[in-house]
Amino acid sequence: MRKVEVDKEMGLKSVKEYPPAPLSKPAEGAGGKTGLWRTYRPVVDLNKCTGCRICWAYCPDRAIKLRDDGKVEVDYVWCKGCLICFHECPVKAIDKVVEEFGE
Amino acid sequence: METLILTANHAVSYGAWSSRVKFVAAYPITPQTTIVEMLSEFISSKKMDAEFMTVESEHSALAAVTGAESTGVRSFTATSSHGLLYMSEMVHWVARARLPIVMPVVNRALAPPWSIWVDHTDTMSHRDTGWIQIYVSNNQEAYDMVLQGYRLGEDRKVSMPVMICMDAFLLSHTFAPVKILTPEETDSFLPPYKPLWKLDPENPFSVGGITTAEHYYEFSEMMDQAHRNAGEIFDEISREYEKVSGLLQTGKIEKYRVEDAESVILALGTMAEETRVAVDRLRAEGEKVGLVKVKMFRPFPNKEIREALENKSLVVVMDRSVSYGHEGPLSIEVKSTLYPSENRPPVLNFIVGLGGRDVTFKDIVSFHKIAKKKVTEGKKVTEPIFVQLKV
Repeated sequence: MRKVEVDKEMGLKSVKEYPPAPLSKPAEGAGGKTGLWRTYRPVVDLNKCTGCRICWAYCPDRAIKLRDDGKVEVDYVWCKGCLICFHECPVKAIDKVVEEFGE
Repeated sequence: METLILTANHAVSYGAWSSRVKFVAAYPITPQTTIVEMLSEFISSKKMDAEFMTVESEHSALAAVTGAESTGVRSFTATSSHGLLYMSEMVHWVARARLPIVMPVVNRALAPPWSIWVDHTDTMSHRDTGWIQIYVSNNQEAYDMVLQGYRLGEDRKVSMPVMICMDAFLLSHTFAPVKILTPEETDSFLPPYKPLWKLDPENPFSVGGITTAEHYYEFSEMMDQAHRNAGEIFDEISREYEKVSGLLQTGKIEKYRVEDAESVILALGTMAEETRVAVDRLRAEGEKVGLVKVKMFRPFPNKEIREALENKSLVVVMDRSVSYGHEGPLSIEVKSTLYPSENRPPVLNFIVGLGGRDVTFKDIVSFHKIAKKKVTEGKKVTEPIFVQLKV
């Protein structure tokens, strides 16, 4: 099989450099800073968080980060505010607040 | 090789068997059903080493086949009419992902009014999807084109899906002798599938992720180039198939008594076979008439058709579908192809056979007479003629 060179997609200068079909490597931020899409911001109450990692497992964008103490925090650069974590948290440690950018 | 008495539907089932297809997903629809019915029997009886997946719709059928083909496995499905329309999204997807799936489509009219009879509107509505389109006109061709379709589509310079268009009932349910190659005999013509790309856990990547205007254009141009390559190599592939099978192959078009002809009739599918008889009848009456059977419709054989038609005095194009408000699709292409020629013959378009209306050789003889009369009288015909309309 011809080696699919999809890593350098962003810098393609000629049609000859393109992969043979629309193939691409997933990369952080390839679609822009998706944190700007948020309407609601999930906010973790670290006093309630038990570190069960359910939100971490469910997050479709890997925007839940594990802290050194085993609890979680939200990476607001990429979090789109889908609120799946808010819905899944079994101890209601995650609240939702209307996003106001530029705080 | 053995000769069997088969319908064209069963001929393409055998075509999938000879091609060592490894995955089939399909949903039944008249008059396609017997194609995949036979394949399910082949697979359950272990005659064929493949997976058969039953699905809940045509969209799912082609989606499942897309998944299998994406892993580098030679895959097959078949459909007809409303089934093709239902899978439409995936039809485009397969071509844009450059997956060389072969799919026979039994040409059947669209509703309303409800009809199961032959009409080319279904596949013509998918002309611009990127699929290579081949219109077959007999059962042997239906079989041959499955093998040649995989060989052509899977060529690295092409990597495009192939739609085999075959007339409902006239082919799908009509028995005729068909020469069948065993998978072993086929191997020298059709090597194992080596995909242009395939999903691979060792080298993970996404297929069809979002692309901005900066990159989309290039992928479309590459598809066009793939079609141009297909046009260049198809005749050579046909010649190779002829050597392996001993079956005479004509390539993209078939010319019959065209050399000294003054007028030429063009048609797709079974109507082309019927025209062969009409040509002999007209010749017996002293009319110098020939036939161009257009087998490959996408990529369109521009060069071959231009060479066959320029300098003739009359061209009659029969279409079994109509682009409403304009003309029949084949007529549009023929006129476009002839435009760069110095000596363009008049082209008359007859819309015939819609929804399974019979088109006999006698009818075709009369169409030619009507066309010749109009041209002899100096009439400039710019509109398609609905010659079978009850008036």
